[in-house]
Amino acid sequence: MEGTLAYFLIVLPIAFAAIVGFSPAPMAKWIGTIGAFATLAVALLFAWTFPHWTDGLYAPDIDAANWFPAMGVSIALGADSVALLLILMTAFLMPLILIGSFTSITERPKDFFFWFMLLEASMLGAFLARDAVIFFVSYEFTMIPMFFLIANWGGAQRRQAAVKYVLYSFGGGILTLVGLLYIAMKMHAALGSWDFGIASMTAFCSTEMLASEQVWVFILLMAGFAVKIPLVPFHTWLPLVHDQAPTGGSVILAGTLLKLGTFGEFRIAMPMAPIGAVEWNGVLCVLCLIGIVAAALICWVQHDAKKLVAYSSVTHIAFCMLGMFSLNSIGVTGSVMYMISHGLSTGALFLCIGMIYERYHTKDMDELGGLYRTMPIWSFFMVFFTLASLGLPGLNGFVGEFYCLVGAFTAEDTAMTGYPGLMGPWYAIIAGLGLIAAAMYLLMLVGRLVWGPLREPGHHDAHHAHGHAHGQAHAQARDHAHDHAHGAHATTNDRATTLSRDIGAREIGILVPIAILCLVLGLYPEPMLKAIEPSVKNMLAPYPALVERYLKAGTLLESGSEAPPMASASQP
Amino acid sequence: MDPTTAKLTLIAPEMVLCFGAVVVAVLGLTRNASLRRSVPMVAALFLAVSVAACMWSYSTPAAESSGLLLPYLGSFAKPLIACVAILLVMLGGTSVDRRLEAAFESGRVPFEAVRVLRGEFHAFLLLSVAGTMLIASATDLIWLFLALELSSLPSYVMVAVGRHARKAQEAGVKYFFLGAMSSAIFLYGFALLYGATGSLQCTEIAHTLATQAATNGVSTLAIIGAVLAVLGISFKLAAVPMHFYAPDVYEGASGPVTAFLGFMPKAAGILALITVLSLLGWSGHAAVLHGQEVELQGLPAPIAAMLWMMSVLTMTLGNIGALLQRNIKRMLGYSSIAHSGYLMMGLLAGPGAGLNAVLFYLVGYGVMNTVVLAVLCSLERNGEEVETLEDIAGLRNRHPMLAWMLAIAAGSLIGLPPMIGFFGKIYLFTAVLEQGQTALVIIAAVNSAVSVFYYLQLVILPMLAHSNPRSETVTALQSPWPKLAAVIGGVCILGLAVFAQPILEAASGAFGVATVSAAAADEPTAQTTDGMKTVLLDR
Repeated sequence: MEGTLAYFLIVLPIAFAAIVGFSPAPMAKWIGTIGAFATLAVALLFAWTFPHWTDGLYAPDIDAANWFPAMGVSIALGADSVALLLILMTAFLMPLILIGSFTSITERPKDFFFWFMLLEASMLGAFLARDAVIFFVSYEFTMIPMFFLIANWGGAQRRQAAVKYVLYSFGGGILTLVGLLYIAMKMHAALGSWDFGIASMTAFCSTEMLASEQVWVFILLMAGFAVKIPLVPFHTWLPLVHDQAPTGGSVILAGTLLKLGTFGEFRIAMPMAPIGAVEWNGVLCVLCLIGIVAAALICWVQHDAKKLVAYSSVTHIAFCMLGMFSLNSIGVTGSVMYMISHGLSTGALFLCIGMIYERYHTKDMDELGGLYRTMPIWSFFMVFFTLASLGLPGLNGFVGEFYCLVGAFTAEDTAMTGYPGLMGPWYAIIAGLGLIAAAMYLLMLVGRLVWGPLREPGHHDAHHAHGHAHGQAHAQARDHAHDHAHGAHATTNDRATTLSRDIGAREIGILVPIAILCLVLGLYPEPMLKAIEPSVKNMLAPYPALVERYLKAGTLLESGSEAPPMASASQP
Repeated sequence: MDPTTAKLTLIAPEMVLCFGAVVVAVLGLTRNASLRRSVPMVAALFLAVSVAACMWSYSTPAAESSGLLLPYLGSFAKPLIACVAILLVMLGGTSVDRRLEAAFESGRVPFEAVRVLRGEFHAFLLLSVAGTMLIASATDLIWLFLALELSSLPSYVMVAVGRHARKAQEAGVKYFFLGAMSSAIFLYGFALLYGATGSLQCTEIAHTLATQAATNGVSTLAIIGAVLAVLGISFKLAAVPMHFYAPDVYEGASGPVTAFLGFMPKAAGILALITVLSLLGWSGHAAVLHGQEVELQGLPAPIAAMLWMMSVLTMTLGNIGALLQRNIKRMLGYSSIAHSGYLMMGLLAGPGAGLNAVLFYLVGYGVMNTVVLAVLCSLERNGEEVETLEDIAGLRNRHPMLAWMLAIAAGSLIGLPPMIGFFGKIYLFTAVLEQGQTALVIIAAVNSAVSVFYYLQLVILPMLAHSNPRSETVTALQSPWPKLAAVIGGVCILGLAVFAQPILEAASGAFGVATVSAAAADEPTAQTTDGMKTVLLDR
C-alpha cells in the first residue's frame, strides 16, 4: 500500500506536468493546482497510513525495482518520519504557491506550472529516495526546473541569477557525487558487488572505512550540501537568486529546496561519515556562528525587503545547522523541527513580500511604508509571520530555535544528556546574539513596511506627496527596466485592473493555512517532536562513542583499533 | 575457423562499407537528379547493412580465432560507430551541393559531373567509417596504421570540400598537414615498438613486452615507442598537446563535417589508443607465458604518468578555452577537447570498468555532440551557416522543437541527470575511483562544474533570450532530415539513460581478452576466453 503511494508521490506530479504541457494555456493554472492538491492528498494518505511515526523506521521497507543492475542502482523509495514531514511540507506549500502565482504569472503560464510540477516531483523524489543514485538524480534535477523558473519569470537580472544558481549547485553537487561514488567504490572493493542503497552505504562507510578516508568523504559530501544549505561562506548565490526569483520560486527555494541541503546533511553526510563529521565539527560550528552573526548584521543594512528576508534565511538556516552539529538528540531534533518551521514562516514572508511587489513593483523599504493604512489584512499577516520567523514563543519558530540553542548549550563534554558534544554555553550565547539581532532587523522590516507614515511609490495614489520624490523616480526607472526586460509585460498598472488594494480572498486563503500551521506547531509541537526523535536517535547512534574518543584523544585519526580488514586491499 | 577466414568474416562490415563507397561515388555522378538525390539514402542503407554485418560476424566464432588481443572490442564499437554515422548522414546528407543542385534544377547551370560533390562526400564518409571500424579489428601495427590513415585521409578531404568558403580550404589544409605530422609521429612510435620487440603482431608484441616487464622491466626503446604512438594518436582525439588544430578546423569546416569530426576521429583515436595500450599490459590483465599465468604489471609508469598528465591538461585547457568562445562551433571544438580528457581518464583506469565506461561515454558523447550540430545544421541565415551564439537567441519562439533538443543536448553535455551524459560520468568516475585515482576524479568533477558555464549558454540563449535582429533572420532548412536527426538524438539522450543497462552490458561484453600463450609465437590463433571476468585475476 505505502509502496504504491510512494511511487504515486513522484509519478503524480510528473503526470500532471505532462497534462499541463498538453493543455491549453488558460487551463494550465487550474490543472497545475489540481495536480498539487492531488499530490497533497496522496501525501496526506501516505502520512495517515504511515506505521512508523514512533520508531524511526522506513515505510515502505525496501521495495526495490532494479534500474541499473550492473551498478547496483535500484528504484528504492521509502520515508522515515523526518522525510515524511518534509514531504508533507513540500506537498502543503506547493498548491499555496501555485494559487499565489495566479495573477503574477502572466507570460507563458503553461511553462510555469509545468516546471513547478516537475520541481515538486524531483523534490519529493529526493526526500523519498533510499538509493543514493536516485537521491542524487532527484537532488540535481531540481536544478533544471528551478533554473527555468528563475530565468523565465524572475526580475531584471534573472538570467545572471539563474546561471549563478546552477553554477553553484552543480559545482557543489558534482563533488557530492564523487563522494558517494567513492564510498560505493570502496564498498565494491570490499564486498564484491555494487550497491547504492543509502542504508547499506551508511552501514559500510560509517563502520568499515578508515578515519582518514571518512574525513575526506565527509568534505566531498558536504561540498554540495553546504552550497545548498547554504553555509557561510558558500551562501553568496542565495541573495541574488532569492532577489531575482519570482515569488513562487523564492518560496519554494526557502521552503523546500534549501531543506534538500539540510536533509542531505541529515540523511547522507552525517550518518555516512560520522568520523568526518566529528573531526570537522569545530570548523562547521564556527562557520554556523559566523553565519548567524554576520548574516544578521547584513540583514540590518538591507533596503530591499526581499533581500533582507533572504539574508535572514541564511542566519536561520545557520541556526538550524548549529543544532545539527551539536550532535545531541535535543539539538538535532530542534534542527529538523526548525527545517519545517523555517520553511513555513520564511516561505510565508516571501509570499507576503511578493504580494506587495505585485502591487507596487518595488520591494524597496525606502519607498514603501505605513502600509497598515491601506492594507490592514496584509499587515496583520506580515507582522504575524515576522513574529513567527523571529521566534516568538507560541509560534513555530520558537520551538526549533530553542531546541537548537539548548542543544548547543548542552553539547559539552560532561555528557549530561548522554550525548557528549563539542560545543558549550559560549556557542549558545553567541548564537543568542543572533536571536537578538534577528528581532532587531525583522522588527525594523515590519516597522518600516507596516508602520509609520504612508509611503507608496507611483502616481496613482493620493498620498504620493508624502513619498520621497527621489525614491519615486528611482522606482519608476526600475519599473521601466523591469517591464522592458519582460518585453511583453503590460505597462498598465496591475493593481488598477486585477488586484484589490488590500489582499483579496485568494491571497488570504493562501496565508491562513500557513498561519494556522505556525500557530499549531508553536502551541503544540509535542507530536511532531515525538515523531522526529526516533529518527534522530538512529542517526546519532554512533556519535556519543566517537565524541568521547575524540575528546580523550583530540583526534579520531590514526587509531589502530579502527583499521578495517580490507584497508590493505583497497589501494592497488 | 582458420585465421584468414576469421579475419575476412570480421571485416565483413568494412567490406560492405567500401563497396558502398564505390556505389555511392558512382551514383553521385549520374545525370539523373532523383538518383543523385538518393545518395545519402543509399549511404545510410549501406551503414545499416554494415550494422547487420557486424551482428552476424560477431555471432560466428570468428572473433575468437582472429588472434586479436581484444577480440570483442568491435562487437560493441563497430555497430555503435555505424549507428552514429547514420545520424551523421541524416544530418548532413542534404546540405552538400544544395545550392548547386538547385541551380541545376532551375536550368541556370547545365549539369556537369565534375562539379557535383555529393557522391564523393558520402563515399569519403563511408570510407572513413570503414577505417574507424577496422581499427577495432587490427591484429598488427601495419593494419592499425593503415586503418588509422583510412579513417583520417577522407576526413581531410571532407573538411575542404564540405563548404564553399576560404575558411574550409584553410581548415582542410591545416588539418591535413598536422594530421600527416601526427601520422609520422605514431608511425615512428610503431617502428620503435617493432625495434624493441621484433614483431608487428599485436599478440607477439604483448607477449614480448609482458616477458620484459616480468623480468627486467620494459625496455626504454619500447617505452619511447609507446609514448610516440600515444602522442601521435592523441591528435585524433584532439588531446593536449596535439589539440591546437581543433577549434580552427571545427570552425572552418561545414556543420555536418564538424559533427563528423566531433565523433569519428575521436572514436578512431580511442579505439587505437585502446589497442596500443593493450600491448603494454594493463593492470589486472593476465597473460599465460610459457604455460604460467602471469599478472601483467600494469601500464609502465612513464606511460601511466603521461596519460594522467594528458588527461588533466586536456580537460582543463578544453574547458577554459571554451569559456571564451562566442562561435558555437569553436566552443564545441574546445568542448570536444575537454571530453577527450574525460575519455583518457577512463583509458587510464584500464580494462573492465574503465574501458566499459569509456565506450559508454563515447556513445553518449557522439549522440550529444551530433544533436547540437544537427540543430545548427537545421538552421540557416541568408544561406549561410548558423554559428554564433547571437544567432540562436530566442530560437524557441520560432522553432521550439529545435530549441528543446539543443537544451537537452547541452544539459547532457553538462552531465545533468537524468540525461545520458550524467550516467556516462557516474560510470566513468566510479571506474577511475576504483583505480585509486581520486585526485583525477576530483579534477574532472571541478572541470565539469566549469563546463556548466559555457554549456548553459546553449540552454539560455535558445530557450530564454529574446530574439535580436540577427537571430530573427535565421530560418529553418526545408529538408526535414537534420531536424529528424536532432529529434532522434534527443530522444536517445533521454531514452538511453532509462535503458542504459543493455548498452552497459554490450560495452562490458567488448573486452573479452585473449590470453597470450607461448604457442602464440608460432601460431597466431591465440586462445581466448569469453569475457573479461574469467581472465581478470581476482584481486
